[in-house]
Amino acid sequence: MRIVILDYALGNVFSLYVAFRRLSADIEISSDEKVLKNCDAVVLPGVGSFPAAMQRIEPIRWFLEDMKGEKPMLGICLGLQLFFESSVEGGVKTKGLGFIKGEVVELPNTVKKPHMGWNTVVKIADSTLLKDLDNEYFYFAHSYYAQVREDNVVKAVTTYGVKIPSVVEKDSLFGTQFHPEKSGKYGRQVLINFLKFVKR
Amino acid sequence: MLAKRIIPCLDVKNGRVVKGIRFRQLRDAGDPVEQATIYDFEGADELVFLDISASSEGRKTMIEVVKKVAEAISIPFTVGGGIRSIDDIYAILKSGADKVSINTHAVKNPELIEKAAYEFGSQCIVVAIDAARTSRGWWEVYIYSGKQPTGLNAVEWAKKVEELGAGEVLLTSIDADGTRMGYDIELTKAVSKSVGIPVIASGGAGTLQHIYEVLTRGCADAALMASILHYRVYSISEIKNYLKKRGVPVRC
Repeated sequence: MRIVILDYALGNVFSLYVAFRRLSADIEISSDEKVLKNCDAVVLPGVGSFPAAMQRIEPIRWFLEDMKGEKPMLGICLGLQLFFESSVEGGVKTKGLGFIKGEVVELPNTVKKPHMGWNTVVKIADSTLLKDLDNEYFYFAHSYYAQVREDNVVKAVTTYGVKIPSVVEKDSLFGTQFHPEKSGKYGRQVLINFLKFVKR
Repeated sequence: MLAKRIIPCLDVKNGRVVKGIRFRQLRDAGDPVEQATIYDFEGADELVFLDISASSEGRKTMIEVVKKVAEAISIPFTVGGGIRSIDDIYAILKSGADKVSINTHAVKNPELIEKAAYEFGSQCIVVAIDAARTSRGWWEVYIYSGKQPTGLNAVEWAKKVEELGAGEVLLTSIDADGTRMGYDIELTKAVSKSVGIPVIASGGAGTLQHIYEVLTRGCADAALMASILHYRVYSISEIKNYLKKRGVPVRC
């Protein structure tokens, strides 16, 4: 089983890499088409800004569109947000991958931003990623969140000024607004659950 | 509900912990990886490593430490100490740290905050502010490990760093630091109420009550501590149980 972490981020992707390696997954960081063609699942990591990430993804965008539905994808934090139609991060509207209907907007001014630290993730529907987990603390670090305009996609929510969709799932698309690679043993379980789905 | 964070701080010099856990079970009291693993296991929400190496050799060693720590733990950690350029930040983040903390060079070159936030995102840029109370009732920012006064007002500087794109403020009271007489509640509150980004309070933790006070009256989002954890005065679970009983949301 070969997992590829999509290489579009300037920042800490190493922790994610290590988290998968700890689970004995065959893991690689790349944006090479050949590597993507031969992998079993793709992970979109969660660091950087939406506009910068979309710019770097552009050359392989068609590839991800082809892959959708065929190979499982896991979007983490910013990676989850990229699944949506657009984002207002950076003050301009940037188009996303458009795999899920909705747009990414800023958290309200009634709360401190970034939403930084450990918050509870409450399941609202059956979830592959949260199998055997509910109401646990996970680590968040973000200022934007997805306003989802599609039914049955949001599997868990987290309250921070608003109800943030913290887990989304649609066919073989999976996303977490929190960082499983930074969320201790429960985060580890989320990654295990994803790998189980990939293996199925 | 978002939990208040408990953050142990470890001082590292030339790749070795110099102010860290002092207890017998440790095989090697100076090993940063071993200490980080213990704090992760005990329920720390995050860790901060402060590199106090003076030499460039020491700094290179820190990169190796960061990699090893990232391989060993699964909670976020911040690295600070002597960070002065985008390249410094990139090297640390790339090695597996989640955030960097910038202090002196944020004051000397505020543009660095702006550039760093743009390149890497606000969520990984922490600005550390060391402040001391003046006789006129405000707090002055100091740099170079508290040695050099800047004339800057800590509250105003905190607002400025938020505007420049910092994602968090790590606020240390120079007056309280090392005293174990309690955090500077007024300073923490003044800063926390003036900014829209999270504030980590540091300096002065001596009792459980001190930690409770700074997270409630002081309006801090997180409490950083060193000696009371390192000397095993309290364990992280003791701290969290105390806070939980008093209605402070914590992860445990």
